[in-house]
Amino acid sequence: MKVKVLCRNPDDYVRETTRDIQRVPRNYDRTLHPFEVPREYTRALNATKMERLFAKPFVASLGGHRDGVSCLAKHAKSLSTVLSGACDGEVKVWNLSRRECLRTIPAHEGFVRAICSRFCGTSFFTVGDDKTVKQWRMEAPGYRVREEPLNTILGKAVYTGIDHHQSEGTFATCGQTVDIWDEQRTSPIRSFSWGVDSFSCVRYNPVEVRPLSAHLKNVPLLFQVIMKLRSNTLCWNPMEAYNFTCSNEDYNLYTYDMRYLETPVTVHMDHVSAVLDVDYSPTGKEFVSASFDRTIRIFPKDKGHSREVYHTKRMQHVICVRWSADNKYVLSGSDEMNIRVWKANASEKLGVLTSREKAAVQYNQKLKAKFKNHPKVRRIAHHRHLPRDIFKQKRELRDMKEARRRKEQNVHKHSKPGSVPIVTEKEKHVVTVVE
Amino acid sequence: LLYIVFYGVSRLILRSYLKPPKRYWEVNAGEENGEAENTDVSPNQDNISKEQPDKIRDERRQKKKRSHGSFISGKKDPFPGEAPIPNEQLKKFQRGEKFQVVIAFRLGKVKETILRSEAASDLALKQAARYDLLLPEESGFLEGDDDEDTCTILQEDIADAVDITSGAKYFNLHLTQFGPYRLDYSRTGRHLLLGGKRGHVSCIEWQTKNLTCEINVMETIHDVKWLHSEAMFAVAQKQWLYIYDSKGIELHCIKKFNNVLRMQFLPYHFLLATASATGFLQYLDVSVGKEVSAIGTKLGRLDVMAQNPHNAIVHLGHPNGTVSLWSPNQREPLVKMLCHRGGVRSLTVDRSGTYMVTSGLDRKLKVYDIRAFKALHSYFLPAGASCLSLSQRGLLSAATGDVVQVYRDVWGGGSMSKPYMAHRVRGAVWGVDYCPFEDVLGIGHEAGFTSMIVPGAGEPNFDALDMNPYRSTKQRQEWEVKALLDKVQPELIGLDPGLLSKVDQATFEQKHKERVEALGYDPLATEKFKPRLKKRGRSSAGAVERRKKKVAHEDQKDTIRKTVEERMERENERKVKAQEQAEHGTRTALDRFKK
Repeated sequence: MKVKVLCRNPDDYVRETTRDIQRVPRNYDRTLHPFEVPREYTRALNATKMERLFAKPFVASLGGHRDGVSCLAKHAKSLSTVLSGACDGEVKVWNLSRRECLRTIPAHEGFVRAICSRFCGTSFFTVGDDKTVKQWRMEAPGYRVREEPLNTILGKAVYTGIDHHQSEGTFATCGQTVDIWDEQRTSPIRSFSWGVDSFSCVRYNPVEVRPLSAHLKNVPLLFQVIMKLRSNTLCWNPMEAYNFTCSNEDYNLYTYDMRYLETPVTVHMDHVSAVLDVDYSPTGKEFVSASFDRTIRIFPKDKGHSREVYHTKRMQHVICVRWSADNKYVLSGSDEMNIRVWKANASEKLGVLTSREKAAVQYNQKLKAKFKNHPKVRRIAHHRHLPRDIFKQKRELRDMKEARRRKEQNVHKHSKPGSVPIVTEKEKHVVTVVE
Repeated sequence: LLYIVFYGVSRLILRSYLKPPKRYWEVNAGEENGEAENTDVSPNQDNISKEQPDKIRDERRQKKKRSHGSFISGKKDPFPGEAPIPNEQLKKFQRGEKFQVVIAFRLGKVKETILRSEAASDLALKQAARYDLLLPEESGFLEGDDDEDTCTILQEDIADAVDITSGAKYFNLHLTQFGPYRLDYSRTGRHLLLGGKRGHVSCIEWQTKNLTCEINVMETIHDVKWLHSEAMFAVAQKQWLYIYDSKGIELHCIKKFNNVLRMQFLPYHFLLATASATGFLQYLDVSVGKEVSAIGTKLGRLDVMAQNPHNAIVHLGHPNGTVSLWSPNQREPLVKMLCHRGGVRSLTVDRSGTYMVTSGLDRKLKVYDIRAFKALHSYFLPAGASCLSLSQRGLLSAATGDVVQVYRDVWGGGSMSKPYMAHRVRGAVWGVDYCPFEDVLGIGHEAGFTSMIVPGAGEPNFDALDMNPYRSTKQRQEWEVKALLDKVQPELIGLDPGLLSKVDQATFEQKHKERVEALGYDPLATEKFKPRLKKRGRSSAGAVERRKKKVAHEDQKDTIRKTVEERMERENERKVKAQEQAEHGTRTALDRFKK
């Protein structure tokens, strides 16, 4: 007789001392793990619920401005430094990690229209309603020394936007014309104008050696897209630099491929009022938009609807918004004089994560992605609370759109075949493209 | 146009940065590169710049391969490449079939995602298969000498032959006063719960022979069952269902569950399924204490019950020879199968959910494939089997009177004339149950309890994240929290537990219905023509009918015209194509440059 009976030595399965970690022998046999799909589904559902539970995006509010915040700018080199300009002409320099104001500069009379940091981070430029462009040093002056600009350029008309080149000593401003300046000169090197319209925003393309793109009813340099309503700002995608997104007065954002400007690549709809500002994340996968409807929204670059909406009771019309260079935070400046810091990913845990936490986060992310189309998971993941008036407005807009669509359909149905073309949502908003 | 030039220039600059410095052995290659650069101005530049990294990657790969085969010393690796994994092992961990990506797949992004996920699952499969080598324990076995039948080997001999700890696993408890006994092992296999017909309940840590609690409920006991951990157990008493904790303190008396005869605990759903003498199948959620569903089966007294561990379906056996399958979500049985000519005496399901073994009053033992609901084998047992139980490794124990027989390879169609093992106990058997992760079969009978050694019954390697026999209190508490978080909702119980991960190919009707709901109207509906009311006798019934007919004819004409046009178009296209082909003959690969 030959016999062997299962007999385990407990020493192989129990830890030796209490200071040891527990032994966890594994066996991946499938019959030992029944219900793998329902259990994963349950985990995914729980992960989605937890995500919504821990979605506390608001980090801090930086108060101190005495008028609405009109513009924000990131420091080119330092993550923790942010510049902001207000409607009363004041410029403030903030330290984000300490959440305090480092400097206050009475920069302009009237609005500060735009700020940009020089690529080296040693100085920054401001333009204001007093028709001047001023360059300031980034460090604060010594004790009892007056704040004075490094340079001041007096212009003929009001400037509305400014942007600095990524690696050279040139910058561009816009207003009645788009001017390209050399830092060493007091007159523009070149100046462009198209028609009689004024420009609201100018941005250098982040990879292009040559400039830039400027904007009236949406005007990149060599092409001009004329849209039905005014575009407010524009932002280049930092990773795919031929794509840019512009925020428009007609509540939408439009992403264009600059090689095919006839129709936008994507129309981003969700805001219920004019969109005032837009900024891309450094990864180029998402962008954040600020709107007159007192919310900021985060859109994936290729999706028509937002994945996230941030609002608070106290936040009024949001005028400017920036995505921090570490891809973790979003800054918004609004009418009621505050700059708010939000998490870019609402439920993300801040601070250092242990390796087990990281693993858990990754596992949960994968699960959520796997089951994202299941109705229960989807409902929880997509639900966002909206203030009552915005919610109502959204419903109203939807009804209006539906009515318009119905009417178009009816017109199409009852007219001679071919006489009424079907115009897609993308084609609707572009009037013409001029080279 | 200006822009495009800039774009091109910037690309050129970039490219020149990327290029590695020229080496002396690259004379020819350099010339080739030069040519490539000359053509660079053409719009095809994209292709070239894309190809380059591919080439580099290929070279690297080749280098890697080379390094497998040879060393600097000139020796050769006798086992080049990664170690092969036997196909059987791979098959064991395979989930479904591989998705075949069509080469001409248009959606680049989707294709990429599919390929990547396929590669990931492939890697996981290989790793899991490789891990099998590292499993520490091997299963037990029993082999007789040349002409010795294993069924003649006595338990005492086995206990003598093996080591002391294993030998101690064969023991008898003489409990003649309150018998016959039902029993249940906890899921870790450490704890044993005994319930005597005349009210005796005891919990034993059977390996250390440590008695945790012993009570007499002073009532008839029909069945006992551990709940999710060894802290609580349920007892089906004369009238109601009671829940006790490990100290024997009564926690709940659940009067909604009356006259319970048999119980099954579904561990991943935290459901206690009970079958009663009144024909009710009830589910109790033990995590929240709520009755999930109560189903009146209308099939009489329910005293034969088993669960399918693979999909949590409850199997009930009935006196008319049928076996019915139940889920808590449906008032009717999912399946009803006629298994025996007489009543069903006992049934059990294997842990992979493939086979069901039943025994009936017709003294037959039948094996069914419950995926196809097909009988595989039918055996005749002279005395019939009263209690059946399947071990983790597929050994079947059948009790006939006071003899317990263990059979091997039941669904392989092995001969049933000789059992693998047999053991006679002191009274009629009332319950048999295999201890998980041990080579032990527990037998409850009229004269007490017998623990029998059955080599090769238990799964040798447990998974500590699922069930750990050696867990500490702290580990048990953590496991409990995790298990509760992963609790599967009773709505998900169905015949196929993997249904959630399958693609839901909605039918056209379903899609259409959803669309109608979303839009608020039916986009495909053709509005019924309502003739306008006309005056002066022109709306007589006949006239209305005529007008209707006219419209109907016109509609029909339209559709016919459309189809004819489509057909013509297709025909024309085909003709043009055929003509082209006739002109050019068969196209070669170089024809694409002709134009």
